[in-house]
Amino acid sequence: MLNTIWFALWGLLWAVYFMLDGYDFGVGILHPFIAKDDLERRMVINTIGPVWDGNEVWLITAGGATFAAFPTTYAYMFSYLYTPLFLILASLILRGVSFEFRGKIESEGWKKFWDFVIFLFSLIPAVLFGVAFGNIFEGLPFDASGYHGTLFSLLNPYGLLTGVFFLLMFLEHGALWLSFKASNSVAERAQATAKKIWPILLIVAVIFLIYTKFATNLYNNYFNHPIWFIVPLIAVLSLLLMRVFMNTSFVKAFFASCVMIVTVVFTGVIGLYPNLIPSSIDPSYNLTIFNSSSSQYTLKVMLIVAVIFVPIVIAYQIWANLLFKEAIKKEDLEDKEVETY
Amino acid sequence: MDTVLLARWQFAMTALFHFIFVPLTLGLSFLVAIMETAYVKTGDEDYLRMTKFFGKLFLINFALGLVTGITLEFEFGMNWARYSKFVGDIFGSPLAIEATLAFFLESTFLGVWIFGWKKVSKKVHALSAWLVAFGTNISALWILIANAWMQHPVGYVIRHGRAEFVNFWAAVLQPYAILKFLHTIHAGFVVGSFFVMGISAYHLLKNHDVRLFKKAFKIGAYFGLYAAIVVFIIGDLHASEVARTQPTKLAAMESVWETEKGAPMYLFLIPDEAHERNVVQILGIPKMLSILAYHNPNSTIKGLKSFPKKDRPPVTITFVSFRTMVGLGTLFILLALYAFYLVKTDKVFEKKGFLKLMVYAIPLPYLACELGWIVAEVGRQPWIVYGLLRTSQATSTAVNSAQIIMTLIGFIFLYGVLGIIDIYLLFKYARKLPESATTEGGY
Repeated sequence: MLNTIWFALWGLLWAVYFMLDGYDFGVGILHPFIAKDDLERRMVINTIGPVWDGNEVWLITAGGATFAAFPTTYAYMFSYLYTPLFLILASLILRGVSFEFRGKIESEGWKKFWDFVIFLFSLIPAVLFGVAFGNIFEGLPFDASGYHGTLFSLLNPYGLLTGVFFLLMFLEHGALWLSFKASNSVAERAQATAKKIWPILLIVAVIFLIYTKFATNLYNNYFNHPIWFIVPLIAVLSLLLMRVFMNTSFVKAFFASCVMIVTVVFTGVIGLYPNLIPSSIDPSYNLTIFNSSSSQYTLKVMLIVAVIFVPIVIAYQIWANLLFKEAIKKEDLEDKEVETY
Repeated sequence: MDTVLLARWQFAMTALFHFIFVPLTLGLSFLVAIMETAYVKTGDEDYLRMTKFFGKLFLINFALGLVTGITLEFEFGMNWARYSKFVGDIFGSPLAIEATLAFFLESTFLGVWIFGWKKVSKKVHALSAWLVAFGTNISALWILIANAWMQHPVGYVIRHGRAEFVNFWAAVLQPYAILKFLHTIHAGFVVGSFFVMGISAYHLLKNHDVRLFKKAFKIGAYFGLYAAIVVFIIGDLHASEVARTQPTKLAAMESVWETEKGAPMYLFLIPDEAHERNVVQILGIPKMLSILAYHNPNSTIKGLKSFPKKDRPPVTITFVSFRTMVGLGTLFILLALYAFYLVKTDKVFEKKGFLKLMVYAIPLPYLACELGWIVAEVGRQPWIVYGLLRTSQATSTAVNSAQIIMTLIGFIFLYGVLGIIDIYLLFKYARKLPESATTEGGY
């Protein structure tokens, strides 16, 4: 039971991470295209300024929880996905410092350079997280003698498709975020972009759902317990609603996008159960929530910690988000009494 | 090249680089919170400008500390998979708790602090600064609880081929962890205080904003004296704990080869590892080492020769790092005492020579912190978990040396470039004048 609870929490941490940092990635990738001058670029960056750092902590927590609850999976997942994880790490490092560094020297070239860094190193993790999860859904080639894959074996068609799918989800998510967090012409461009990306996202989502049937075993759990079909159904429904909302309220469309990202992650996670990482060579080597977990004692201690503290974290993160809920205006950026990037 | 050695180089490099930025975060976060509280209490605009001035430096420094920390969490799994598998039941928990209790607090309220000047009341804004400070220091607590368990494993059994928790609180509350935590955060407080005093001294020498920087120097001197004394006292207690729990580390720290009752401490000594002796050892203080290690003049200090060669840590680097750290720690007390005396007698501004010295003293507490980390980690060798798991048995089997070389080069290049930029920006903004109360340019 504890193992299953931790499996759900593990999925939830990744889902929340993608829901939050997802729009940071989208904003980072879109900002050179949506913003036309330095002031507009600063507006775009400042929409995520107060929150990107707190969003990224969900990744650290997801990593920490994997380590604490499923140490064997942590050990294998991180050493098997060595190169993509290094690239993700380097990207997160560069993206993080670029927000801080960009405005610190008054020079056109300096700012252009960091704008490019923000773009590229938001793009790379957005795709690579998708590639990594696509490969986990498919299973990784490992058995008793170890791991037999390479970076290039990760770049298989299904892995790449998942990468593109994640990228599009994050782009849409970021465009929707800017649609109501930025103002004037920047917001208008973001709204137009959100509408343009949507049909492509729809097509790729449909291909993903179909290809998943052939490339993975994820659907087995669903056919055994059809009630769970409700989760992918909500994902599809929120994708459709997202477009409907775009005609009336971009805030609502953004929340539909949040629901979609969470339910997409859970579509995969439910399909994996009880595996964390299946072996594509032989199912008897699958890393499951039972053979790779911590002791019951540790799972219990960690559950107590999570039950007490995660709601507190969520409460103050919501408070902080509401504090900065207003759209960023150009005047805000010129106010010398307020700190901005 | 050997994967164990490469993985060790990579960890040492990424951890020591991370630890350039962390101690300042630990100390300066409290100092900025104190400055802002002084502003809220007195309404004195100098304190507000001081808060913003040092706050900007805090942020430049914080950015790199934050992002380089993620590397370490991932690195356990990437390069040290067998270690992660063996200790995950125990080691993973404090890491996850660190993120949940500390990182969220620190990052969320830092966002409020940076961007919330007009969004929240003065009191809530100052409270955010305190929450950031507590967040960073709580994070130090949990990561050091994890590290203390590697130094002195407690509260576990070996079951299913790995270490499993039987008593969570034994690991959390063990003296080793608490002493290590207090020693480390106070070391960070010293770094922060000397940073504030040094930069204030620089501006005082240039006659910049004298009123403001005298106040800043005063805050630095008070906090610095407290921290320099406490870090030394806790350091002494911590060394006794090491003597009790890690005799090989203690022997290497003092380069003691022969077991001796009532062991003396030599003020000057040159180790010769190849011949298992010291080439030179002079100026011995009788029984001093026994007193320091066990607080008992007749206690027995075990020499390195009483341990099999395969269980001994590298001696020279451990010894030299420890000695230099202790020497620097002594120097910090003297400097902080004199600074405190000058503040008390209101002579800070007159002693130009001392102010100059304080500018050049800024890097010294950083050096002491790095050396302390080297003593802790190199002194634990050849064990990754003392007495339980050897470092050589802890690496990832799925990773080959070419991959580690590639990422090692990647990290050196990345960290090198970012480190240079960050330090350049710190210099640039430390040299700038604090802005007047109403303007806040630069972006």
